[in-house]
Amino acid sequence: MATTQEWKITAKDIAEKPDILMPGHRACAGCGPAHALRLVMKAIRGPTIVTEATGCMEVVTSIYPYTSWAVPWLHTAFETSAANASGIEAALKVLKRKGKLKQEHVDVIAIAGDGGTFDIGFQALSGAVERGHDFLFVLYDNEAYMNTGIQRSGGTPMGAATTTTPAGSVMPGKLQHKKPIADIMVAHGMEYVASASPYYWKDLLQKVRRGLEVEGPAFLHLFAPCPRGWRTDPAKTINYSKLAVESCVFPVYEVVNGKYTLSTPSKLIALAPQKKKPVADYLKGQGRYRHLFAPQNKHMLDEIQRWTDERWAKLQQKVEQTA
Amino acid sequence: MSSKDKGWKEIAPAGVSPKSSIGFMTGDWKTYMPVRDLEKCTTCLMCVLYCPEGAVRWRPEMGKIEFDYSFCKGCGICANECPTKAITMKLPEKEDE
Amino acid sequence: MKSDVKQETLALNGDEAVAYAVKQSDVDVVAAYPITPQTIMVEKFSEYVANGEVETEFVCTESEHSAMAASISASATGARAFTATASAGLALMHEMLFVASGCRTPVVMAVANRALSAPLNIHGDHSDTMAERDSGWVQIYVENAQEAYDSVIQAFRIAEHTSVLLPVLVGLDGFTLSHTLENVTALSDADVKEFIGERKLINVLTHEGKSVPFKLDPDNPMTMGPIALQNYYFEFKRQQEEGMKNALALIRQVHDEYAKLSGRSYGNGLVEKYQLDDAEIAVVCVGSTAGTMKTVVDELRAEGVKAGLLKLRTFRPFPVEEIQNALGKVHAVGIMDKSMSFGGNGGAVFHEVRHALYDLAERPLVVDYIYGLGGRDYNPKEFKKIFNELRQIAHSKRVHKLVNFTGLRE
Repeated sequence: MATTQEWKITAKDIAEKPDILMPGHRACAGCGPAHALRLVMKAIRGPTIVTEATGCMEVVTSIYPYTSWAVPWLHTAFETSAANASGIEAALKVLKRKGKLKQEHVDVIAIAGDGGTFDIGFQALSGAVERGHDFLFVLYDNEAYMNTGIQRSGGTPMGAATTTTPAGSVMPGKLQHKKPIADIMVAHGMEYVASASPYYWKDLLQKVRRGLEVEGPAFLHLFAPCPRGWRTDPAKTINYSKLAVESCVFPVYEVVNGKYTLSTPSKLIALAPQKKKPVADYLKGQGRYRHLFAPQNKHMLDEIQRWTDERWAKLQQKVEQTA
Repeated sequence: MSSKDKGWKEIAPAGVSPKSSIGFMTGDWKTYMPVRDLEKCTTCLMCVLYCPEGAVRWRPEMGKIEFDYSFCKGCGICANECPTKAITMKLPEKEDE
Repeated sequence: MKSDVKQETLALNGDEAVAYAVKQSDVDVVAAYPITPQTIMVEKFSEYVANGEVETEFVCTESEHSAMAASISASATGARAFTATASAGLALMHEMLFVASGCRTPVVMAVANRALSAPLNIHGDHSDTMAERDSGWVQIYVENAQEAYDSVIQAFRIAEHTSVLLPVLVGLDGFTLSHTLENVTALSDADVKEFIGERKLINVLTHEGKSVPFKLDPDNPMTMGPIALQNYYFEFKRQQEEGMKNALALIRQVHDEYAKLSGRSYGNGLVEKYQLDDAEIAVVCVGSTAGTMKTVVDELRAEGVKAGLLKLRTFRPFPVEEIQNALGKVHAVGIMDKSMSFGGNGGAVFHEVRHALYDLAERPLVVDYIYGLGGRDYNPKEFKKIFNELRQIAHSKRVHKLVNFTGLRE
C-alpha cells in the first residue's frame, strides 16, 4: 500500500473541513447513510470524482435542479456504480497519458447501497475489481431497498421484517442470513477491504483514506442505520451503529493483502469478551425485529445469536491465522 | 410545476444541476429543535461530526459551535450523542401571528 | 468521385474494417464484451492494444451492460469512447442505451446485427437494433465493409458535434458483412485524425454558477445524471429530440465532407436512391441487402422494367422528407423488413416508411416483405418475385396482402 504515514486527525480537523456532501439534501431526519457519506467525503485527499448507483443517497442528493455534491458526480443506473468507476478511471488514465489531464491524479469513488452492491450491482463490482481499476467502492449498508420502500436485499439480516419479508403468522421476517459481502470481496484478492461504523468516526475516516491510497480497487463496507426502514428513533442512528459493533453483529476490521486485523473497537471486545453485548440488546429497540421477541420466535433470536457468535469466532480465527 | 421552472431551451443538457442544495432549506421539516446549554457544552464537536445534515457547524474563527436551523431536520442525534447532555430537543416557540 | 489523398486498399472483413476505423479515430476508451458476430472487432482491437499500435485504454468488461456503462462514464469524463456488440448484448445494454442518450454522451457503437433469442440463433437479422429504435441513438446501417469503415469514422464527427451530442450506432449485417472478406480502401491515419479532430465540449452552467466544459472535472465540479421529476424530465427529452433534428442535417454535411476527402459516397448520407428517378415500382431496404437488390434492379432494367431501389442508410433520425421525395411518384413500393414487430401489422421499416408517405396527396401503395430472419438466406430470384408482385399491385392498384413473409416455408 502507498501509505507511508498514518493520517492523524482530530475532531477539530474534520469539523473545519467543508462539507463535500452539502446541506440541503433530502434524506430523512436522522439518516445513517447521509451521515456516513458526509463523513466519507471529509476524508478525500485531493481531486476526486464520485459515481453513485441509483438509491436513497443518489436520489436525495441530486433532485434537479439542485445538487448536494461539491465534487464532480455521475449517476447512470442502479447496477453500474463499479462499471462507471471503470470507465472514469480508464478515461483519466488515457487522458493523463495524452497530456490532457490537468490534475496529477484524480481519485475515483464509487458509492452504492446494499441493493447496488450485494445484489444488482454485484456482477459489475466483481468485474471491476477483477480488472484491477484504481477506485474505492463504498457500500453504505442500510440492509434493505429503502428507497423503494424497505424491500429485502442480500444484505438484509435474518429475522428482519421488510415489505417483501413481512413478519407474518407463518414467516418471522427474512429467513436467510446476510450475504458475507466483505469475505466475498476479500476472496477477489483485493489489497484493501474494510468495515466501518459511523459511531467510530475516526476509524471510518482513516479507512476511507487508506482505501483511496491503495493503487487498485479497495472496498469499504459501511454500516448505515435507516430509521425509516428499521423502525428506529431517528435520534438513535449513531447509537445503533455503536451497538452493532459492541454486539459483534457488525465487527469493524481491515483486511490488507489478505491479512485480517480487528480495528480498535472490535479488538477491545476480543481482548475482553465479557464486554460483548448480547445481540438482543442491539435488536430490541428496532421495529423491524419486534416480532422476534414474541415467545414463538425465540428460536430466531437464538439462531441470530448463534450465527453472530460463529461469525465473530471465525473472524478472530482469520485474524490469528493471517497474523 | 411552477411558472418559474425553465423551458427546454434555457437549461443545460443531460440534467447538469444548476443549483447547490445549499439553496434548498430543509429546516422546516422539523418538529423539535436542538437547544444547547452553553454552560454544559465542552465544544467536543461530536454534534458537528454526527449531524447527517452538516447543520451543526464549528466556527474556528469565533471558537464556537453554530446550529443552522435552516437545514436542521430535528432528528435529535446531536442531543442523543452529546456526552455532557448539553443539548435538549424542544418545541420551537410559536412566532406571534 | 475522385479523391486527392493517398489511400490504401486492404483485405478486411466487416468487423476488421470497424476495428481499423476505430484504431484510426484516436479513440480514448474502448469498453466492450465479445459476442458473435462482433467478436472479431474486439479481438482485432485487442491486438492493436497488445502491440502498442493504439494509445487507447481497452476495458474488457464482464458484460455488455457494464461495457455501455463504462463507455458512458468515460465519455462523461471527456474521453472519446467506442463500444461494439450484437444481439443479446445489445438487448442487455437496453437500459443503458437510454442513459447514454439521456446523459448526452456521444458514444459510438458498432453492432454486428444478429437475431434475438429464443430460439438461440447467431445469424444476421435486424431484430436487435430495430428493437432499440426509440432509445435515442442515431442509427446508420451499412451495405458493405467499405461503408462500415467509412461510417464509423463519420459517426464520431456526428455524435460529438455540439449541435447533436447523441450516441451513434453503426449497424452491419452479422456474418454477411461481419465475417466476409472484402477490399476496403482506407484513408491514412493522419487524414482520419484530421477529419474527426479533437472532441469539442459544449459549455454548461454548473451549480457554482460557472460556465465550464461539459465533463467530470474536479476543477469545475458538476452533477451529471441526476433525478429529474415531473417538473423537468420532459424538457430534457425535448432537448434530445432537438439533437436528433440537428443530426439530420449534420449527417448529410459530414457525409459530403467525407465524400470529398475519400471519393466515396452513399447517396446523400441519409438515403441512397438507385434507379428511382423514373421508377414505377421500388423496394426499400436496409443494410447489405441493398447490394443484392441493386443487381436485381439492373436485371429488371435490362428487361425494360422501371424498377428502383431506396437504400435507407440512416434510420434514426428518420429522413421523412427524403423518403417523400424519393418515393412519392412511385406506384408501388415493397418494404424489406429483416425484423418483426410482433402483432404490429408489419415490421419497423414498413411502419415508418408508410407513415412518412401518408401526408402526400398522391402516394404509392406500400406492402411489407419480412425476410431473412435468423440468417435465412435470400437470393435474387426471390427478390425478382417481389418486384413481379409490385408490378401487379401497381397495375391493379390493389393490395391483396399487406404483410408478406418471403422465404418462409408454410
